[in-house]
Amino acid sequence: MKVLIYIGSSTLSLLEEIGRMFLFLLQAIAWIFRPPFRPARILNQLYFIGFKTTFVVTLTAIFTGMVLALQGYYSLRKFGAEGLLGSAVALGMIRELGPVLGSLMVTARSGSAMTAEIGIMRITEQIDAMETMAVNPIQYLIAPKIVAGVMAVPLLVAIFDIVGIFGGYLVGVKLLGVSSGSFWSSIESEVGWSDVYGGFLKSISFGLIVTWVCCYKGFYTEMSAEGLGKATTQGVVLSSVLILVWDYFLTSVLL
Amino acid sequence: MITMRGVEKGFGQQEVLRGVDLEIPPGQLTTIIGPSGEGKSVLLKHMIGLLKPDRGEVWVDGVEISRLRGPSLDKVRKRFAMLFQSAALFDSMNVFDNVAFPLREKRLASESKVPRMVNDMLERVGLGEMGHKFPAELSGGMKKRAGLARALVVGPEIILFDEPTTGLDPLMARTIHNLIRSMHQVFGFTAIMVSHQVPDIFPISDWVAMLKHGKIIAMARSRDFQGLTDPVVREFVLAGEMPGPSSVEGPGQN
Ligand SMILES: Nc1ncnc2c1ncn2[C@@H]1O[C@H](COP(=O)(O)OP(=O)(O)OP(=O)(O)O)[C@@H](O)[C@H]1O
Ligand SMILES: [Mg+2]
Repeated sequence: MKVLIYIGSSTLSLLEEIGRMFLFLLQAIAWIFRPPFRPARILNQLYFIGFKTTFVVTLTAIFTGMVLALQGYYSLRKFGAEGLLGSAVALGMIRELGPVLGSLMVTARSGSAMTAEIGIMRITEQIDAMETMAVNPIQYLIAPKIVAGVMAVPLLVAIFDIVGIFGGYLVGVKLLGVSSGSFWSSIESEVGWSDVYGGFLKSISFGLIVTWVCCYKGFYTEMSAEGLGKATTQGVVLSSVLILVWDYFLTSVLL
Repeated sequence: MITMRGVEKGFGQQEVLRGVDLEIPPGQLTTIIGPSGEGKSVLLKHMIGLLKPDRGEVWVDGVEISRLRGPSLDKVRKRFAMLFQSAALFDSMNVFDNVAFPLREKRLASESKVPRMVNDMLERVGLGEMGHKFPAELSGGMKKRAGLARALVVGPEIILFDEPTTGLDPLMARTIHNLIRSMHQVFGFTAIMVSHQVPDIFPISDWVAMLKHGKIIAMARSRDFQGLTDPVVREFVLAGEMPGPSSVEGPGQN
């Protein structure tokens, strides 16, 4: 009986949490389209989410591309198809690794910082203070972050893709001796617009997931330092998991 | 006029407010005193709709605000300003931008007038040269004064002060009390102040109320309050007046 009550109540609180999360997202999106508009805050967040993450994204991208070329080369060589290395690297990058790894880096770098920033504002009563001034904190704090996330993540993913392919080129062509001509021509003949479009769709939705989940966790932080730590961890873990789950669904629809 | 009727509020198992009945006279300065942790801050937050009562009503000039949300609550809030106990300055902005924030966001002044209004107010609270500093670079007392400037600058009808002088040296505390008093006399706003500074608050307040065990146990004109015979009130009032550590032993000594 106790077990049943436990299962029942935790299911209810899970449902409640999910409901609250969607309500939060809907509110934030609704506030994007209501005046006053604050373009300066969006630019500020673009800098914060986008520019400041560029370095780690570049770094992870080049190594991802390099290892992809290394792995791909040894698999392809078994079939004597080293010439297709370029397209293998490019397709892997554009369709899967760029969006997923790029967004995971954004989560680790900017998502956690976002949760912490908003969480601190919550526990030091800054959000309450804003409310007493009749400024809606969801509009002022959250909406610009979501807009900036949806804009910045696709751009970062584009950088990730390009740098990653370049990393693949370095290893494949310069190190392993695949001919430069076949590397690029296989990319040109195998990579289509639908691949690019699919990756773009993924990265937009991942940008939404990161900002949404991380802002939500910060906004409803429990009022203690412990609560803040918990919120930051939960934000990063939940958005990473959601990115991977959503990636599977999108891929199965897009394929 | 702000009226609270039978306001009850708890957090989890803990009951904090157990039926608060309170009428705040308009245009006057009312001070709420009471022991630490009794719920004075919680009480103040109910007046501006930051907390919702579990039971009871909160009226602001004929509007019951405890059930309001969104734009209709914002409309009421536009008449208020609040100084938080923690000051609650925005970390990401310097002192100048903090004080300018409500002016800009409520569009109370054109951008060209903002610097003069802000600097003027910073001057009054003794932070004339501090506009460029960030909250993390200020002492506790300086944060309080910056928070005070942010509340006063909008010229609201009703101001809530949560312990405006706690943590300040006695001289600065007196300066701030006098500032609140003189601003109150000039602008005639309704002020509700929470404070421990007994007896300093008596000369500057019009009314004094005491919160204890989750209820308002006494409210009187300031000059009459010290004469109240209720033992709990007397103990609290006298503890503040008597010097030295023996003061905690209460009225018996007097
Ligand atoms: N958001 C909250 N969640 C849970 N408990 C709270 C919350 N706010 C206040 N409390 C509890 O309510 C009680 C009253 O708190 P409050 O801050 O109003 O006291 P206070 O009278 O202002 O004390 P002080 O003079 O020390 O500021 C405390 O026990 C506090 O733990
Ligand atoms: Mg308090």
